[in-house]
Amino acid sequence: MASGVKPRVKVPKSAAAGDTITIKTLISHKMESGQRKDDDGNLIPRSIINRFTCEFNGEMVIDVTLEPAISTNPYFQFDALVPEAGEFKFTWYDDDGSVYDTAKKIAVS
Amino acid sequence: MKQPIKLKGCIAILAAAGFAAVAHADPDEDQLTVNGEIEMVTEVDAPAHMENLDTIYSGWRFRSDETQAFQMDDFDNPAMIFVEAAAETWDIADGFEGKSCSSCHNDIESMAGVRAVYPKWSETAGEVRTLEHQINDCRENRMGAEKWKYTGGDMAAMVGLISSVSRGLPINVAIDGPAQETWEKGKEIYYTRYGQLELSCANCHEDSYGMMIRADHLSQGQINGFPTYRLKNTKLNSVHARFKGCVRDTRAHTFKPGGPEFIALELYVASRANGLSVEGPSVRN
Repeated sequence: MASGVKPRVKVPKSAAAGDTITIKTLISHKMESGQRKDDDGNLIPRSIINRFTCEFNGEMVIDVTLEPAISTNPYFQFDALVPEAGEFKFTWYDDDGSVYDTAKKIAVS
Repeated sequence: MKQPIKLKGCIAILAAAGFAAVAHADPDEDQLTVNGEIEMVTEVDAPAHMENLDTIYSGWRFRSDETQAFQMDDFDNPAMIFVEAAAETWDIADGFEGKSCSSCHNDIESMAGVRAVYPKWSETAGEVRTLEHQINDCRENRMGAEKWKYTGGDMAAMVGLISSVSRGLPINVAIDGPAQETWEKGKEIYYTRYGQLELSCANCHEDSYGMMIRADHLSQGQINGFPTYRLKNTKLNSVHARFKGCVRDTRAHTFKPGGPEFIALELYVASRANGLSVEGPSVRN
């Protein structure tokens, strides 16, 4: 597992039903591209987050494929429609098989 | 001998006239509120000891709206990644005493107000100390751990963490009493021209703030926002690293980060911000 990996998300605590909200996410990850060489000239193996998903009450909101050219600490900001109260689930998939997830509840006012 | 000096004077006047005509970039009128709750003072009357300025401004006021926005929300502030890492370090025991920062200092919130009064006279050490020195003193003498590099990443992150809990409080460093001698030394450095370019801190940050230096705005060089996440190098930058960069840019041999000259300069420059809010960790170009 890559070290220092920590997911962060920012979701409003509540919204009106049918509202569009802005979600911000960031995961601290070195995103080693696999193109670089170390001091001895050996290739540093690729180690990136290759997929990011966000689900709301089990329904897919966004499913992203990440490529090696994406920089350290990938940040995503996107809008989502909130039809009802529920939970956003965020998942990041690492090259090494690790899966990092976090969830945020949202109330409807 | 006389002629070249005269010529140099002419060029300087021309350059100054050119700058005044095209390159003004005064502080804007924006208000800084972080996370919608921490109200920052970014403009205030200059402290009594300052002779040449009436009003002091935070460097935040000289930045573009986009850069300013980064600092207004902790989620958007890239410095917070480093601060969060330091918050974990805060609780991790290091060194042969088996202690962490929190073993003595408890919660990080207990450090509120600390950043605002540093650099500060240390009675036990008999000298003016910066926050970095106190951290390393703790590491070496209380924890039995390795000292951190003065301008290194671990250090900048820890200073950022300690600073973050003082955000919004006014900078208030003491310049009288035992600290006065160091303060006066710092003031002398501030007004001394260094390097092949013969520039003092004051030439840019007092005489010329609000103008452009190449493609960037010249601020008053306030350090209330340090440590600072710079977009140009995507990491937290410490005060002494910034001082070093400035002195280097005058094409001079710089002083040593953590050394007596920069401690004196930090105390003096910090005192020029007395009254502005602690902003660190801030975001700048």
